[in-house]
Amino acid sequence: MRYSAGSIKLLKRAKVRNVTVVKLFTVLHTPPYKEQFTSRRPVLHRGADMAGKGRGVASFTFNIDALGIGRGNMPEARVGPSPLFPRTEFKPVPLKGGEEEDYMLALKQELRGAMQRLPHNIKDRSNKAEVEKYTERYLKQLELNSEDWTPDWNLFPKELMPQSKKRRIKKATTTKNVKKLKEDKANLLSKLDELAKKDENPEKSDDETEKKAEEDEEIEEEEMDEEDIEEVNDYIDSYFDNGEDFAADSDDNMDGEATY
Amino acid sequence: MHRGTASGLEARSATEKMTAQEVRLCGLLLQEHFGEVVEKVGRNLLKSGTQNLRAIVHETGLSVDLVKKCLCVLLQHGACSFIQGRKGPGSPTEYRAHCDRLLRILRYPRYIYTAKALYGETGEIIIEELLQRGHMTMSSTVKTVADRLTQSMEEGSSMDYGEVSTIFSKLVETHFLQRCPPAAGATGGSQTAALTPAAPASSAAPTPESFPDCYTVPQVKLIGRGKRPLASEDGEDQRNAKRAKMDPETHGDEGIYWQVNFERFHQHFRDQTIISAVANKLDQTSGEIVRTMLRMSEVTTSSTASCTKPLSANEIFRSLPATSNIPRHILDQYLTLLVDDPMEFVGKAGESGGGMFIVNLNRALANLARATLESIVQERFGSRSARIFRLLLRKRHLEQKQVEDFAMIPAKEAKDMLYTLLSQNLVQLQEIPKTPDFAPSRTFYLYTVNQLPTARLLLQNCYKTVANLMERRLFEAKESKRLLEKSQRIEAILASLQASGAEPEQLTEVEEMITAPEKQQLDSLRLHVNKLDSAENQVDETIFLLESYISSATKSTS
Repeated sequence: MRYSAGSIKLLKRAKVRNVTVVKLFTVLHTPPYKEQFTSRRPVLHRGADMAGKGRGVASFTFNIDALGIGRGNMPEARVGPSPLFPRTEFKPVPLKGGEEEDYMLALKQELRGAMQRLPHNIKDRSNKAEVEKYTERYLKQLELNSEDWTPDWNLFPKELMPQSKKRRIKKATTTKNVKKLKEDKANLLSKLDELAKKDENPEKSDDETEKKAEEDEEIEEEEMDEEDIEEVNDYIDSYFDNGEDFAADSDDNMDGEATY
Repeated sequence: MHRGTASGLEARSATEKMTAQEVRLCGLLLQEHFGEVVEKVGRNLLKSGTQNLRAIVHETGLSVDLVKKCLCVLLQHGACSFIQGRKGPGSPTEYRAHCDRLLRILRYPRYIYTAKALYGETGEIIIEELLQRGHMTMSSTVKTVADRLTQSMEEGSSMDYGEVSTIFSKLVETHFLQRCPPAAGATGGSQTAALTPAAPASSAAPTPESFPDCYTVPQVKLIGRGKRPLASEDGEDQRNAKRAKMDPETHGDEGIYWQVNFERFHQHFRDQTIISAVANKLDQTSGEIVRTMLRMSEVTTSSTASCTKPLSANEIFRSLPATSNIPRHILDQYLTLLVDDPMEFVGKAGESGGGMFIVNLNRALANLARATLESIVQERFGSRSARIFRLLLRKRHLEQKQVEDFAMIPAKEAKDMLYTLLSQNLVQLQEIPKTPDFAPSRTFYLYTVNQLPTARLLLQNCYKTVANLMERRLFEAKESKRLLEKSQRIEAILASLQASGAEPEQLTEVEEMITAPEKQQLDSLRLHVNKLDSAENQVDETIFLLESYISSATKSTS
């Protein structure tokens, strides 16, 4: 029997009182009663290990019979994630077919097509740099009414109105104004703004039909134009073809820029 | 707040989040109908709740003008609303997208078909135009519809504006169309407008019905006939369009916009479902009786009522249609039969006047939803699992042993099925402890099914299904994009040739440009796309039923 350090200390202290030592000995060194008869060495009794590890037996913390599942009825352990497309044992019921469903199907497809042609369907035309496919030209000609929508501004917040009125100066008029104001450079910008506002109102409706066309393109052109205004250059500004006619002439615009 | 959420019945509070499936489905719907640019903006709004313009521009990375246009489109269709000055004067306008309004797009074909069944072709085209454009004035609607109808009529005849106006008025009388609530907050950011409360914390959005003129048809003089489109060159058409815009005609109803009243359509669908359910379960005559009862209570019952007003048997007898020759005693027998039916569609509310009867709308919806859930489980997991599911629905809480006994299924299989249902979240486990520490050996474990959460779960599944169907359809179309374009071109060429009177040899020559295997491919593609589209329509019927049940159940408990 091995004595622990603490018990040796006790022994030393207890040398004085012989009676108590004997009692202590019996208390400290009585092995658990089970083991007394089975083995000589005090084996650390593992007992029911709560985690059930290392034994290979599924053991649980609660009475498994309450759930009604016996030890032998456990489902197999999973070996990996469930398959992405599991086999379906029950195939779905076929769709209802009939006059009503066919009519609604036709309605749905027509509605989809119609809504894609309306002006509400906004297409991102910022990638004009790519060469257009020949087919796109045919499809564009179908979109006749694509730019004719103006919402009623009484119902919508004012901030959604296109604010680009100041920049929406027609190229032809700006050039005339610029030529007049060449002498007075200090008031150039303010006068431009005033004139732009005056020009705004009668041309509002026209502007709105055009503005929904290639806006990005025209912003590019405007930037180019402003450079022209600022520099005193020899280029004939009226040569520049502004984007007044929309959609069908977009190709011509590209050609126009390429000429100079 | 301008244009409050759709209505009281299916409105969502501003703080309620959209689920991922709903956002995905809304994104796909926006993409299909309004283009990818609007989809980006819409998706951003749906995910982040309320935002102002600059934040949207920053997050989507689009240009300011494009974002403004997209917001206009969304506002036009009622999918978005704006609040001005929420955090005090001078704060930017904030925008919010309405997910449930976007999900209605799935149901547009059903609305149009119902309008056709009730009001004929004119009604159908009116509803179709209004759905396509969001909201319009009465005069512009009448003109557009007349033009469209004239196009489809024979040469020489055209549609009169008066006829279209009458149908329009009828639609308004039966509440299928309603006026858009007037824009209160849009005038220069003023918060002291009479119709919106000035306090920044204005949470109650004025519904369209809160305005007294909601269903008044304006006095508009519309005299004229529909016009045929000029068969001229494209350039001319453009110039004509420009000229037409230059001289607008005012008809005295500017600023009064009409929109489709979805709630009324939903009421109609709900009534139809109940009638057909009764007719399927009992017989045609009982369906007729219930239809009469519902028709009589259309005007007296509000849309949010849980059951109709009591109707006496005498009244029902008088209001039965003349074609159904139901003698009085047969009617009484049928009514007793309906009341005793376990589906509880009709209930008895008193004895006066030969018996007072009501139609239990909420109960009927709950039962129909329950039947839907049971049928879903049956089709997915088999009839024995469905038996267990029905058992749990009726008996609420059962132990494992009791489930086996009541369902009369051997223990092992019953456990297997219960596990499968549990793993799919259709069945829940409820722990009832015997002791305060939830010691497992001393707790009861009961299986249970809750109808409302299960309905919500299956509704989300439905949204996911529709989104999957749409994605598959887009994928199929994209795969065969080249082939589709080719066939479109050839059709265009054929049409132009036929219009200019070509000979049959030329036509056959052009038709042969598509080879036989390509034709086959095109046919199978068309078949697939049609099937997927039709499936979307039919899943939407289930969606409608589950949505109605959930909204009626939450409304009655709130």
